[in-house]
Amino acid sequence: MKITVAKSLVFAAACIPAAALAYKFYRFYHGDFNALTANPGDYITDQTGTWTLAFLTISLCVTPLRRLTGWNPAIKFRRMLGLFAFFYVTLHLATWIVFVHYFEVKFMIEDVYKRPFITVGMAAFLILFSLALTSNRYALRTLGRRWQTLHRLVYVAAILGVIHFWWLVKADITLPRRWAVAVGLLLGFRLWWTFRSNRPTLART
Amino acid sequence: MLIKQAPDIRSSEITPKSVYLRRREFIQASAAALVAAGMGACVDRVEAQGGGLAKLPNVKKSPLSTTEAPSLYEHITSYNNFYEFAPGAGDGPKQNSKGFKARPWKIKIDGEVTKPGDYEIDDLIKQNALEERIYRLRCVEAWSFVIPWVGIPFADIINKVQPTSKAQFVEFTTAVDTGKFPMQRTDLLEWPYVEGLRLDEAKHPLTLLAVGLYGEVLPAQNGAPLRMVIPWKYGFKGAKSLARIRFVEKQPLNTWQKMARNEYGFYANVNPMVDHPRWTQARERRLPSFVANRATQMFNGYADQVQGLYAGMDLRKNF
Repeated sequence: MKITVAKSLVFAAACIPAAALAYKFYRFYHGDFNALTANPGDYITDQTGTWTLAFLTISLCVTPLRRLTGWNPAIKFRRMLGLFAFFYVTLHLATWIVFVHYFEVKFMIEDVYKRPFITVGMAAFLILFSLALTSNRYALRTLGRRWQTLHRLVYVAAILGVIHFWWLVKADITLPRRWAVAVGLLLGFRLWWTFRSNRPTLART
Repeated sequence: MLIKQAPDIRSSEITPKSVYLRRREFIQASAAALVAAGMGACVDRVEAQGGGLAKLPNVKKSPLSTTEAPSLYEHITSYNNFYEFAPGAGDGPKQNSKGFKARPWKIKIDGEVTKPGDYEIDDLIKQNALEERIYRLRCVEAWSFVIPWVGIPFADIINKVQPTSKAQFVEFTTAVDTGKFPMQRTDLLEWPYVEGLRLDEAKHPLTLLAVGLYGEVLPAQNGAPLRMVIPWKYGFKGAKSLARIRFVEKQPLNTWQKMARNEYGFYANVNPMVDHPRWTQARERRLPSFVANRATQMFNGYADQVQGLYAGMDLRKNF
C-alpha cells in the first residue's frame, strides 16, 4: 500500500472520535436528550481530553515501533498523529473556555492560578501549541538541531497530561493509572534504549 | 494620472462599534441557544414522567416545593454519584444496580432516643404521611438538577423516636452488603458510607427522608429504598440506601471528610463564596445545560429558611 493511501486512512480514522461527538451533538440538538448523557458539557470535555491522551500516546509509540521492528516508514505518521493530539487538546481547551467558564476571562485566569490540575493542563497545552506551530518543514529547517530539543518537550506534555487527569479525579484512579502506565512504558523504553550497551547505529529521529 | 487605491478595509466590512462592544453578549447569546436546546427537554409535567416502578399512594403536595421545572426522570436516574455501585458521576450506578432488590429492607433507628426501633421500609411508609417536595439538588461538582422527591419530613421521625437530651447529632449509615453493592468489595471509599447532621439541621422542615421520586418508589441508583435529602447542602450529604439512623452526642465523621479533609467538610452547605479546592462554586450547570452559567445561590436558594441555623458561624472555616 502506498504511504499516501495509508496516511489518508489513518487521517480518516483519527477523525472518527470527533465525528462521533458531532453526530451525538446533532442528535441532542434534534431532541435526543440522552445522546450526550445528562451532563453534555462534562461528557464532551472528558471525551476530548481522553482522545488527546490517546493521540499523544499513539504518537509516542512511533519511535519504539521503529526501533523494535525496523519499520522506518512509521515516522511518516508521527507528525499527523501529533497534530491530532493538538486538534483534540484544542477542542478540550475550548470546552473549558465555553462550558466551564462561559468566556469569563477573570474566572479562567483564577482557575489557572489557583488550581494545580488546571495549571499543569494549561502548561501541557502550551507545549503542544508550540510543537504544532513548529511542526512544518520551514520551522524544522530554521531551528536545525534545536528543533529536536524543542520537540522532546512532547514527553513533558504527556507526563503533564497524565498528572492533569490524576489530580482531577475524586477517588477512582483506575483510568489515570492506565495512562500513567502506558506513558511510563513508552518513555521508559526510550531511557532503556539510550542507556543500554552495544546499541546498534540506527538513524535517530 | 490619479491612481485610486481602495482602502485596505472597506467601511462596509468594519464591525459597527455598537456591535463590537457587545461581542461578549453575542457569543454568550449563541451559547445560550445551546443551553435552550438542552432546557427544552425539561418542560414536561411531573405527572407525565416516571420509570414504571411502584406508585406511592396518598402523596400530598407541599408549599415547600420550588416552581422551577423538574429535570427529566431519565437524567435524574442516569447521572448519579453512588460509589457503592460505581465510581464517579454518570450512568455507572444505573448499569450496576439492575438486579438490586430494595425489598424487604430493614432500617434501625436508635442511639440517644427513648423509642428506638427496627422498621420494615413499607411499614415506615404506611405509618407516616408522604409529601412531594420538588427541591433543587446541587452537587459539589457544580452541577444541579430539580428533583420531585417523595418523602417523610424528617422532623416527623424525630418526634416519634423522641431523642434524649444527650442527642446533639444524627448519624446516617448506608447499608453494607457486597452482594448488593459491588464496589464495597473494593477500597474505593471507606465503607460503610457515613453522613451526619446537627440535630437542629435534622429537625428543619426542609429535611426529608426520601422514599420516592416522581411519585414512584426510589430507583436503586437514587438511593433505594430510602435516603436523606437536605436541599441546602451539597448532594453528598444525602446518604443513600440507609440501614441505620443513630442519634448521637458527638459530631460524626462523614465519609468524604475522612477521604479528603481539605476538600469536604461536615457542614457542606451550598456556598458560592467558598470554592472547592479544585473548582469554583460561584456558578453551576443546571443539567442538561452545556454551560455553567447560573450563579450559585447561597444555601442553594434556601437561605431565607435556613440561615438562622448558622448565625454567628464562620462558614469559611465550617465549610
